[in-house]
Amino acid sequence: MKYLPFIFRNLLRKKTRTILTIGSIAVALFLFGLLVTIETALNAGVDVAGVDRLIVRNKISLIMPLPLSYQERLRQIDNVSEATFATWFGAIYQEPKNFFPQFAIDTDTYRTVFPEFEISDAEWNAFLADREGAVVGKGTADRFGWKVGDRIPLQGTIWTGTWEFNIRAIYEGSRSGDDESQFWFQWKYLEERRQTSFGGGTVGWYTVKIDDPDQAVTVTGAIDEGFSNSAYETSTETEQAFAAGFAKQIGNIKMLIMSIGAVVLFTLLLVTGNTMAMAVRERVPELGVLKTLGFGDRTVLFLVLAESLVIATVGGAIGVGLAKLFTLGGDPTGGMLPVFYLSTGEMLLGLGIAIFVGLAAGSIPALTAMNLRIVDALRRV
Amino acid sequence: MVSIDGKEHSDSLIRVRNLNKVYRRGGETINVLQGLNLDVEKGEFVAFMGPSGSGKTTLRNLLGGLDTPTSGTVTVDGDEITHMSGRHLASWRARHVGFIFQMYNLIPVLTAFQNVELPLLLTKLSKAQRRQHVETALSLVGLPDRMKHYPRQLSGGQEQRVAIARAIVTDPTFLLCDEPTGDLDRKAAEEILDLLTELESNHGKTILMVTHDPLAAERADMTLHLDKGALVEAAS
Repeated sequence: MKYLPFIFRNLLRKKTRTILTIGSIAVALFLFGLLVTIETALNAGVDVAGVDRLIVRNKISLIMPLPLSYQERLRQIDNVSEATFATWFGAIYQEPKNFFPQFAIDTDTYRTVFPEFEISDAEWNAFLADREGAVVGKGTADRFGWKVGDRIPLQGTIWTGTWEFNIRAIYEGSRSGDDESQFWFQWKYLEERRQTSFGGGTVGWYTVKIDDPDQAVTVTGAIDEGFSNSAYETSTETEQAFAAGFAKQIGNIKMLIMSIGAVVLFTLLLVTGNTMAMAVRERVPELGVLKTLGFGDRTVLFLVLAESLVIATVGGAIGVGLAKLFTLGGDPTGGMLPVFYLSTGEMLLGLGIAIFVGLAAGSIPALTAMNLRIVDALRRV
Repeated sequence: MVSIDGKEHSDSLIRVRNLNKVYRRGGETINVLQGLNLDVEKGEFVAFMGPSGSGKTTLRNLLGGLDTPTSGTVTVDGDEITHMSGRHLASWRARHVGFIFQMYNLIPVLTAFQNVELPLLLTKLSKAQRRQHVETALSLVGLPDRMKHYPRQLSGGQEQRVAIARAIVTDPTFLLCDEPTGDLDRKAAEEILDLLTELESNHGKTILMVTHDPLAAERADMTLHLDKGALVEAAS
């Protein structure tokens, strides 16, 4: 502690250089924070996917429907405890940028299959009692300032026309990664109104709850085999594989983020290392004087490393802090990344990276300072 | 008493025996110091003179534990320093030697107070004790009102006074001065020499001073010349 004033004085010796270096680290760690947040957001479905749930979709494509009659047949398969369904609605609220996912759901079974979404019984019953009722996630409700009782008009794009809903319930995820952006309404309401257009008697996909996650492969095979050679063949996979496949449609995000992260880390090492190398080079005579006064080699090593650590830690804290502030503002894409947050663990990881950069970048200049011969250093006075 | 004959003197604070330092540059061997002997008692003020390249700086480095000799021994207050490890030597310097340089060598980003406090950071003194020691040292060199000044805000003479305060703040066994007046005008040089003389006569400090300046050497109890790698008595 007694060396702290000396360390800070040295850091302020070249204020502009120190501030620019701290700024570089802050920008890099801010970028890191955002990349990690985006990666988390894209893989949120994978992380929170139930191990006991399977997604059954049309084998041709996710946008092709499946018959409503499959629900009963799915329930008959061994190890299947429940089967629910949903249909993508894809309507617009006021303008296209206000995106949020809307599903017409099977109200009889949906809550059983997705227990992680918490809704009070009173609100759920109010939703069931109103054919035009809707349940909305807390994230979307907060985003648009909706509350229970509000009447919300949506402009249909698949099933055209204006659809009006009454908000009867607001759900919250029980885990930090749960998607709180969804909007549910009764599939029966969709079915009634679309009788005059298309799609009647079909659903978008089924979510099947199984008794034993270890039987997932067997059940998957049984489902797809059971519907083979039919007009609506199925493709079944675990919810986790389904979510991962969804994320992979955008590309190998993890690889991309790791690559960018590695480049950023390497650049940081160069920037910080260069700053510390210059600082030591300029101060060779002073380091010689310190050693002359009795400062040992290890103390000199510590002083230089401490400077590097302070620069990196301050920069890292600012960068990670700014990233956290940014994510507190919520999803900046208007609904494309519903789970948008920077966890404490990821913040600590960012700080850890900054500390590693500080140690690595400062190590060579610090060793140079440590090994400096006094007689050589004093010759440069 | 100062002697260079190499005979045993029981009262010696600093004892140098058969000191040799050889440099090798390219294929050439340069014998800078050859069999140098020296005995200095406590409270003596000794000046070392000699032309450039005579080995004054080498002698300073060896007496101050900044370099190791090719052969021979340097013993200070019973401690034989020539075979100490780097770590022990650093610790020894902190306790026993007060260095005063020609260019003052103050740390520019630290105030006069913080510069003087530097050697005390290596001790176990509390902050309050360090403050007391620094204030005493700065008062002794006549700069109690310049504690918060940075080196750039001080004159050359004042900078050297701060450097002297830094050298004496730990109450070292001896002061080792390298051209302490070399960068000062005559008036400031006289003031610094007055201060060194006062430290010797009033505070019993042992002072070894390397200098080119005959007027500075006159203040010493004895002036020794370096000639062909050995010390020669010049005047007393």
